[in-house]
Amino acid sequence: MRAMALTIRILRQIIRDKRTLALLIFAPILVLTMLHLVFNGDDYVPKIGFVGLPEMITEQMELKDAVITEYSNEGEANKDLINQDIDGYIVLERQVPSVFLEGSDPSVNGATLKWIQSAFVKLQQNGNTSALEVDYLHGSSDMGSFDYFGPVLLGFFVFFFVFLIAGVSFIRERTTGTLERLLSTPIRKWEIVMGYVFGFGIFTMIQSTIIAWYAIYVLDMMMEGTFIYVLIITLALALTALTLGILISSFANNELQMIQFIPIVVIPQIFFSGLFNLETISNWLSWVGPFTPLYYAADALRDVMVRGYGWSEIYINILSLIGFSVLFMILNIVALRKYRQI
Amino acid sequence: MENENACISIRQVSKQFGKHEVLKNINLEINEGEIFGLLGPSGAGKSTLVKELAGLDVPTSGENYLFQEKMPSLKLMERVGYMAQADALYEDLTANENLQFFASLYGLKGKKQKQRISEVMQIVNLREHLHKPVRNYSGGMKRRLSLAIALLHEPEMLILDEPTVGIDPVLRKSIWEAFYELNHKGTTIIVTTHVMDEAEKCGRLGLMRDGMMIAVGTPEELKKETNAKTIEDAFLIYGGA
Repeated sequence: MRAMALTIRILRQIIRDKRTLALLIFAPILVLTMLHLVFNGDDYVPKIGFVGLPEMITEQMELKDAVITEYSNEGEANKDLINQDIDGYIVLERQVPSVFLEGSDPSVNGATLKWIQSAFVKLQQNGNTSALEVDYLHGSSDMGSFDYFGPVLLGFFVFFFVFLIAGVSFIRERTTGTLERLLSTPIRKWEIVMGYVFGFGIFTMIQSTIIAWYAIYVLDMMMEGTFIYVLIITLALALTALTLGILISSFANNELQMIQFIPIVVIPQIFFSGLFNLETISNWLSWVGPFTPLYYAADALRDVMVRGYGWSEIYINILSLIGFSVLFMILNIVALRKYRQI
Repeated sequence: MENENACISIRQVSKQFGKHEVLKNINLEINEGEIFGLLGPSGAGKSTLVKELAGLDVPTSGENYLFQEKMPSLKLMERVGYMAQADALYEDLTANENLQFFASLYGLKGKKQKQRISEVMQIVNLREHLHKPVRNYSGGMKRRLSLAIALLHEPEMLILDEPTVGIDPVLRKSIWEAFYELNHKGTTIIVTTHVMDEAEKCGRLGLMRDGMMIAVGTPEELKKETNAKTIEDAFLIYGGA
């Protein structure tokens, strides 16, 4: 009953605070949209010069996806190369094609070389062998980096914003004296923690539904599994972020100090979330991974969204997240003893 | 020590924060139906003492009894209304929503809740501002709303920490009138203050300095005993000046 009163109050406060409400929902949407545009933008179209290539050769080349300029001599091509009008040119030296690149941007080099290689594949094979067919276990040649990072980022943003907002609102409760007033009533400490969990839990459910829906159906993030699993995972993660945020806030005296915890508590989790290859992390650091909630959430989200797995593959991850939440809740109740013994 | 009428009994209470001694062996009894003032400069230990009475803190040694039962206890806290120095309001919410929230914590609901909200807002003279967001309240209005919240559950005892600090004389007078009215109905009131003229309004006073209770008595008794004209002079004499 008292926990319910607290739940209603928190929901009312969130609705009143339009700015924070907007931050919690639109900030993740904005960042995900930008990442989508950055990672899934069009492929780079290399600009390539042909210096005196005989028609016999160019006819057999795959000339799509590049801007071709023909030159009669190497000097002209070189001039354009210096002006960065072309990224590279091909010249035949004693019947052997050689490539000359502008070379200042590695990613452009890569795209240019890749194009040249694939253009010459047809020429070298000369129709003798059939085209190489490529199969994928997961993903496809259409899969962009965003599809692979997306599930992790989705989890990360939910975690980050819930952590921050829950922590800050609990600090406010302390600094304005309302926590003391709350504790001067017969409310029990577990009722306070549960009130917070329900209040923010209901809000987070709405928030993560909107964000996940937007990422999957508007940004067209890869989605092989079931939407409801994505919601269950993000909710379990949000609960962990919420209880951890409140716990961490008891070590901070004001909002700024709460922000100071971000580089210590939130940022390191990114390293173990699978955004970077976990197998290449140095051994004396890699053991940290299983102690970070995002590690489990990111794994589960990828299982559902990229690999299309179901409950049997993700329930251990979800149980781990719930385990974290329960642990943090108990620690929160203990931490509240600082303000009232009983 | 065993006083039948005592609804508060403070027995050899000391409090230490680290090496700093905030309360030094305090003994005090407060009777039912009194307006008792704790007078002393800031840092004398008044707030720490009333916090212990409200169940928010515990003594390092000694015991506090409320209604003959040992504090802290959730059951006893239900019978006490506490108002801290900070206004402790949710600024995003309206006065009504603040009142609804605290009323629910005391188990007041439905019609009863509505009725009590309207009654306490009448007492503090804020009825027409019930649906305003607290953010738009003036300092004095916040103080009064804070008091209204402490009155919601009709507590038998009110513990008020500096209830009139920063409030203009006209408002202060009206707040004290509210205290007298509540007291008339049988509510025991404990107020802390560092304003000497406010002390005269209390039935009995406890003078505190450096964590010690240096004198207890009615304002008249204290003045007579020290041959002083004002409470301020009496305070100086008790303080050893």
